[in-house]
Amino acid sequence: MPGHNGRDLRLLQGNECCAEAAILAGCRFFAGYPITPSTEIAELLSEKLPQVGGKFIQMEDEIASMAAVIGASLTGAKSMTATSGPGFSLKQENIGFASFTEVPCVIVNVQRTGPSTGLPTAPAQADLMQARWGTHGDHPIVALYPSTVPEVFDLTIKAFNIAEQLRVPVILLMDEVVGHMREKVAIPHQSEIEIVSRPQPDVPPEEYLPYAAGPDGVPPMAPFGTGYRWHVTGLYHDETGFPTTAAPKVDRLMKRLYSKIESAADEITFTSDEFLDDADTVVVACGITARSARRSVRLAREKGIRAGMVQLKTIWPFPYDLVGDIAGRVDRIIVPEMNMGQLIGEVERAAKGRCEVVGYSRVDGEPIAPAEIVAKIEEV
Amino acid sequence: MAVPIDDYLRTQFMPHIWCPGCGHGIILGAVLRAIGRLDLPKDEVCIVSGIGCASRAPGYLDFNTVHTTHGRALAFATGIKIARPDLHVIVLTGDGDAAAIGGNHLIHAARRNVGLTTVMFNNSIYGMTNGQYSPMTPRGRYASTAPYGNVERNFDMCELVRAAGGNYVARATTAHARQLSNYVENAIQTPGFAFVEAVTQCPTYFGRRNKMGTPVDMIEWFRKNSINAAAAAKLDPADLDGKIIIGEFYRGDAPEYTEVYDEVIERAKEAAAR
Amino acid sequence: MTSAESPEVPVLVRQEWCKGCGICIAMCPKKVLEAAADGKVVLARPEDCIKCETCEIMCPDFAIRVVGGRSKEVARGREDVADARA
Repeated sequence: MPGHNGRDLRLLQGNECCAEAAILAGCRFFAGYPITPSTEIAELLSEKLPQVGGKFIQMEDEIASMAAVIGASLTGAKSMTATSGPGFSLKQENIGFASFTEVPCVIVNVQRTGPSTGLPTAPAQADLMQARWGTHGDHPIVALYPSTVPEVFDLTIKAFNIAEQLRVPVILLMDEVVGHMREKVAIPHQSEIEIVSRPQPDVPPEEYLPYAAGPDGVPPMAPFGTGYRWHVTGLYHDETGFPTTAAPKVDRLMKRLYSKIESAADEITFTSDEFLDDADTVVVACGITARSARRSVRLAREKGIRAGMVQLKTIWPFPYDLVGDIAGRVDRIIVPEMNMGQLIGEVERAAKGRCEVVGYSRVDGEPIAPAEIVAKIEEV
Repeated sequence: MAVPIDDYLRTQFMPHIWCPGCGHGIILGAVLRAIGRLDLPKDEVCIVSGIGCASRAPGYLDFNTVHTTHGRALAFATGIKIARPDLHVIVLTGDGDAAAIGGNHLIHAARRNVGLTTVMFNNSIYGMTNGQYSPMTPRGRYASTAPYGNVERNFDMCELVRAAGGNYVARATTAHARQLSNYVENAIQTPGFAFVEAVTQCPTYFGRRNKMGTPVDMIEWFRKNSINAAAAAKLDPADLDGKIIIGEFYRGDAPEYTEVYDEVIERAKEAAAR
Repeated sequence: MTSAESPEVPVLVRQEWCKGCGICIAMCPKKVLEAAADGKVVLARPEDCIKCETCEIMCPDFAIRVVGGRSKEVARGREDVADARA
């Protein structure tokens, strides 16, 4: 129905919203494999993508889905897949390939309780570290983490834009409860949405060096089949794209892959906070837990406690400076999370001992309630 | 003098990494001659490989080339073909890549009948890792992980692809390089999934460990032990033990995946317009 | 190409690509080719060459070109495909 500011106001499930946003972001290829709790994304895209001339394919497994996404992206198509824990594990080798060969793509992981088959499909937030270090070898990664359905919309668009701008795989981490909850979303008109596409070469094919980057560290990417014949390999490669074992070139490539993300860190770091100005206790959280954190600091304020909170919408690269600044100003940071303690390690790295860092883990397949965090805030 | 094959080679990287006498170069030559006869524009050819000796081929070829992860070439190629159906997507893969780690992708690429041409370089061994047995190593043959002789049976990939639904299935050896090239040409022209098994010699690992002599001896062994499909059909199966059956085994005309998907797009657009 | 291009030289060998496997020497029906001391191929009896291109097609190293060979126009069906069909 028509909503405020001419926007289309809709009641959408997180997974549905992700699929709608993907199409508006320009996604024209999806390959996936059925897995709860992410499957609605595939189902909706199987319907919507061909309506806009896009392509959907259900592959024979999770590994193949990731591979097909990379293949499609090489032809210039904005591409994505969606999965959950076990499938995310299977995709890791090819995510590393995408990172190393700098092929833009979006991977949605609607997390469920693991390890292994775990609790299908109760929520958990235990894939934070897998999102960062799931594939072997050093590699940079970007991971975004919404806590509401409107944020799913916003961060799905951003995931595609970042993938294209930096030529990286971007992981959209979602909580099962966010994927399945329905909320009101104001869908903007296509013309209101900023769309970023991968940089294109401005030289003729004979001068094209597929891995020669500009000052932003991102090389222009010619789609296959447009006259720029180039080589893609998971071996270390130089600016020509061809394999090399020369130590200086190997070193230069790895460092550029990291620096292109580091130099864009400010642009791709998204957070939201409340009551930070005078807080002496700050809750740092992400995803569904950030919603409980927001409620908990409001409840604590009602009790006269100077509590504040920060929601990290960008998990990777981790906002060490931002969290470090907070650590320098407060007595205590509380890190509630639905895992045995993953986010807290990064918070401690950022805090560098400047304040107390206290964790709160819940790993029984149930979300963390605001009252639990309030109790932790009061436990001084 | 016209040197057509050189047009397709990134000559700056030659000589290639394959061992002296390795048959992979013969197969690659057969593929390039097929592309040459069809006069495919280089910009419209995409070569995809996985990991292993055979999968090093794309690096030497002046097309759109992708050297992917082990076993996954067909899955990458499926994404490329579906996103750009007008490209000629050719998968160059080895027996470890296609028959072991990538076996399931082969089955499903054939079942979907995606318009891909797959050439499997079958040297019956994992060469890149120094000679372990593969699913294509015949029972009783030796490998670095089969020091007492291979326990397992090898399997017939052509039968597999035919059963899975591919539209073109053929096999030849490096002793039949012209025939092999003709098969690849036919495969490229086939709408739908096409599979050519190219039996090739690995003198360094398979040949040496199995005392098969020089590369020339191995090619001669292929020649003597190959039998064409029509002749094989007249023999008792027991007489075919240890023989390599060569020929075009199947030509089908099942609809190609991307053409069917185009119809899906039409239907979806109509549904959206209603 | 190390050999001069002339009508009298029917086969050109790119020595730097040749790995001396001996396949071309063995496959040549007219025994035109021989191995040099380093194992690489040399043209021993060019006058006997019938330009059948077997050496070029069988060279795994792309090191041999037959001058005036049919190159791209390599005839189909020299070994009849139909014969081998199931």
